[in-house]
Amino acid sequence: MRYLPLTDDDRRAMLAVVGAPSVDALFEDVPPAARLAGPVDLPSHQGELEVERALAALAAKNVSGAQGPFFCGAGAYRHHVPASVDHIIQRSEFLTSYTPYQPEIAQGTLQALFEFQSQVAALTGMEVANASMYDGSTAAAEAVMMAHRITRRPKAILSGGVHPHYADAIATLARVAGVDVVHQAPGVDAEADVIPAIDAETACVVVQTPNVFGTASELSRIAEAAHAAGALMIAVTTEAVSFGLLKPPGEMGADIVAAEGQSIGNALSFGGPYVGLFATREKYVRQAPGRLCGETLDAEGRRGFVLTLSTREQHIRREKATSNICTNAGLCALAFTIHMTLLGETGLRRLAAINHAQARKLAIALAAIPRVEVLTPRFFNEIAVRLPKPAASVVETLARQGVLAGVPFSRLSPDAGMDDVLLLAATELTTESDIDALAKALIGACA
Amino acid sequence: MTLQSIGRPTRAEPAGATETKSLTGGRGLLQDEALIFELGGWEKTGVDLPDSDLDAGDLGDLVRERPIGLPGLSEPETLRHYVRLSQRNHAIDLAIYPLGSCTMKHNPRLNEKMARLGGFADIHPLQPQSTVQGAIALMDQLAHWLKTLTGMPAVALTPKAGAQGELCGLLAIRAAHVARGDARQRVLVPTSAHGTNPATAAFVGYAVEEIGQTACGRVDLADLGAKLGPDVAAVMLTNPNTCGLFERDIIEIARMTHAAGAYLYADGANFNAIVGKVRPADLGVDAMHINLHKTFSTPHGGGGPGAGPVVLGAALAAFAPAPWVTHRPEGFALVEHGGDTQSFGRLSAFHGQMGMYVRALAYMMSHGADGLAQVAEDAVLNANYVKARLAGVLSAPFAGYCMHEAVFDDRWLDGTGVATLDFAKALIDEGFHPMTMYFPLVVHGAMLIEPTETEPKAELDRFCDAVLALAAAAKAGEVDRFKGAPHLAPLRRLDETLAARKPRLRWTPDQDGGAVAAA
Amino acid sequence: MRFTKDHEWIEVDGDVATIGVTAYAAEQLGDVVFVELPEVGKAVKTGDGLAVVESVKAASDVYAPVAGEVVAVNGALADEPETVNAEPEAAGWFARLKLADPTAVEGLMDRPAYEAFLQTL
Repeated sequence: MRYLPLTDDDRRAMLAVVGAPSVDALFEDVPPAARLAGPVDLPSHQGELEVERALAALAAKNVSGAQGPFFCGAGAYRHHVPASVDHIIQRSEFLTSYTPYQPEIAQGTLQALFEFQSQVAALTGMEVANASMYDGSTAAAEAVMMAHRITRRPKAILSGGVHPHYADAIATLARVAGVDVVHQAPGVDAEADVIPAIDAETACVVVQTPNVFGTASELSRIAEAAHAAGALMIAVTTEAVSFGLLKPPGEMGADIVAAEGQSIGNALSFGGPYVGLFATREKYVRQAPGRLCGETLDAEGRRGFVLTLSTREQHIRREKATSNICTNAGLCALAFTIHMTLLGETGLRRLAAINHAQARKLAIALAAIPRVEVLTPRFFNEIAVRLPKPAASVVETLARQGVLAGVPFSRLSPDAGMDDVLLLAATELTTESDIDALAKALIGACA
Repeated sequence: MTLQSIGRPTRAEPAGATETKSLTGGRGLLQDEALIFELGGWEKTGVDLPDSDLDAGDLGDLVRERPIGLPGLSEPETLRHYVRLSQRNHAIDLAIYPLGSCTMKHNPRLNEKMARLGGFADIHPLQPQSTVQGAIALMDQLAHWLKTLTGMPAVALTPKAGAQGELCGLLAIRAAHVARGDARQRVLVPTSAHGTNPATAAFVGYAVEEIGQTACGRVDLADLGAKLGPDVAAVMLTNPNTCGLFERDIIEIARMTHAAGAYLYADGANFNAIVGKVRPADLGVDAMHINLHKTFSTPHGGGGPGAGPVVLGAALAAFAPAPWVTHRPEGFALVEHGGDTQSFGRLSAFHGQMGMYVRALAYMMSHGADGLAQVAEDAVLNANYVKARLAGVLSAPFAGYCMHEAVFDDRWLDGTGVATLDFAKALIDEGFHPMTMYFPLVVHGAMLIEPTETEPKAELDRFCDAVLALAAAAKAGEVDRFKGAPHLAPLRRLDETLAARKPRLRWTPDQDGGAVAAA
Repeated sequence: MRFTKDHEWIEVDGDVATIGVTAYAAEQLGDVVFVELPEVGKAVKTGDGLAVVESVKAASDVYAPVAGEVVAVNGALADEPETVNAEPEAAGWFARLKLADPTAVEGLMDRPAYEAFLQTL
């Protein structure tokens, strides 16, 4: 078997050194009733060729984004990743290394994490960022937990623009942490509705920009209202490229930013693995979850990097840890930082501008379709439209024609009464002919 | 003749002075590398994108005006930056990485190729389900393998890491108790447990109590019996445990747990020892997370991403989080909203770590049932071989065979002036990543070694030879070798005190070339 | 100055007591990197958690040797946690309590008793 280096001769020689009569003897502690008589009921081993054939057959049953006009967004975005990124992350030293617990032989990982943290802090306009979370939704949930710890208050108010999956992830943790979550009704442009709901019990307000309907918002007034009441403002962003055009949450008073970094360096991959971005104020860093990488010196005075402030974490604090998290998004964070390095500020601003320009073309084309109404007043690269028919059935019809027309809001929230709302995203990969094909198909489907 | 003397001499002259330092600080192939922020390039970019005179008037004061503060590099500079950084990392592809309970096995490259097929990598989680039947079918197949290998009837695929898997398992357990109107308050955890176990239990709102260990390194049944009661929600166990020992009383432990109305949660971090040979269901387990990045070879990637699907017994299956895979007449479907069911909710956005599912399934299909059983056997044999080779020199707290990992304590270092930490750092100089140190907490100065089945005998011998050579040096009183270690790594020992006292967590422009003032 | 078996020291002046960790504890802890201090105004019973001392790899709980109300904390430790290592029984103090019962300390070990206790460890 190609991954198992031991030969039968090796095994015999080793058993002799161990002094065991057989390998079975090494399993003597397993209760006899639990010892399997033979292999489990699964296929036998296969060579690379057979495995490739089987998996390629499964892959071929999926319609990929490359196969036609593609407008799905709603928290995961299709972008172009430069060839170097995937090439670098596949280097043995990055792919097959472990968490950098021995910093002297992990400076590659640690320096890259330090650079990642610095980039995330700059992008979000915040003072400090951690070494990544599993994804944006769990980052948002941990942010609410952190606000609860800091303020010792029981209530979190989620605006109606927060991605429903994010709201659900927050609710799952909140339920056991004793945090009451107020879910405001879905609204295309309703972030400010959180303000009248803030009271002395409020630990935090959670607002998303651009929100799930694509609406970009100024959050400063919300932050002021939260702070006046002693609460924190958590800002959520699901499209990291938006940081290249929009004012970042850190410049609008955010106390914690929880974002999804997938757009940079990471493929769609059917929803995972992604990379959560988590940034906050320096004064709150000891309450932050996740790993942190810090700068220091070695015994000869050379600069180096280490994981630090570890006493927040599970392996030391155990039941008093700030969260139970062990892993970060490692390789996905590396892909993010490499792509961001290639882009630089100049590249990111251009990329964001192109995304916005394509979305504007999309909006104009859709607004021109009779009985289709563009709902999003201010957008980055995603818009919500109201269709004259249920969006889910329109999407199915267009899929049969080879057009992936976006995400019906009802897919995220079946009970919101917004079955006619469709979410569409445009990126630098969206062409004018894609938009034309979409518009034609929509006209037909909505007739 | 024409006397050609180009290229002489062609062999090394007899060595003169011993250590010569370079003039500029370079060290042969090993390159120093500054931070991207120090390499300048505030205007540079390595991605050719057209400049657009964007009219963002529609966004008014939402447009970002202040500079972001991000450097850019051309492609050649970027490649060089990261290749230089990569040289400073140890990796499985370089040598044995004997970290206990981490299962640092070979990461097959077929996995990487399969995960990158367009039909898996370039599909959106929310495109119509009719257009991603292959993806859902793959999830279903992975589920089938996990259920069959563990003997469990159900599996929650979506947790993104082992720790999130523990959370999933405990949330299901909590939901099950609440559904019976019998919310309980305590969770029992052995003293040898990994930190995520009590951290997760405490987060879910349980009081955590520890179960003691016997002198032979297993759960103390008497202590378990004394602590079990009608207010215990779950017992969380790892089997084999973190001392590398199989809990021989597991059937009895399960029986006692169930008799008290509690559930048995298994931390599957050590599944590599028994995969294909023992099914957790047959041991009485009610829920177990499986670390795909351990047993099933998905790459550790410098710290992640992981994946922690949780197999569930019949009593807990109904409480599993959304989404889950079902079969319908028209094909596979993902149920994304558990509203009408007893599901405890959703853990995260979308459908879990699809990229890791592809890799894990490629691994499983490559090994097959027969190969996986061989994996467990070779993993256990390798660990016992290491234990046998080091026995008599290193002190082992528990006699007899181990499973897939061997634990030593630090009694053998008594009087040498060398601590476990120093010994591990000296191992770096010999070219190895140190074993796990100071875990499990129940063993004093613990050194936990898990070779895995993908280590050839020659590498095990190389490793043991180095450990034994260092042990001899420690016993011979060569304290300086250890106290100052590592001497030969890209960096010497790092000041973690400074990093914690004066945290510098990002680059800032006022840093003078990055030099940190010593505290 | 009086001492507990958990290596806290307490020095009473009137009805206010100053509390810290002993030189032995500071030595055992290794480099102190952070001290989590209680809030002024917090009421503690004997044995309640009062503070947490963090070294790089561990967090150690510090308990109230007697009952009282926190009236002051040593803010200087925020910038210089190393003071706990340098002067654990002087400048490295953690908190001052207004004592519920100023005589409660009499039950605690004096220095000779504490030093004798250290010999048994």
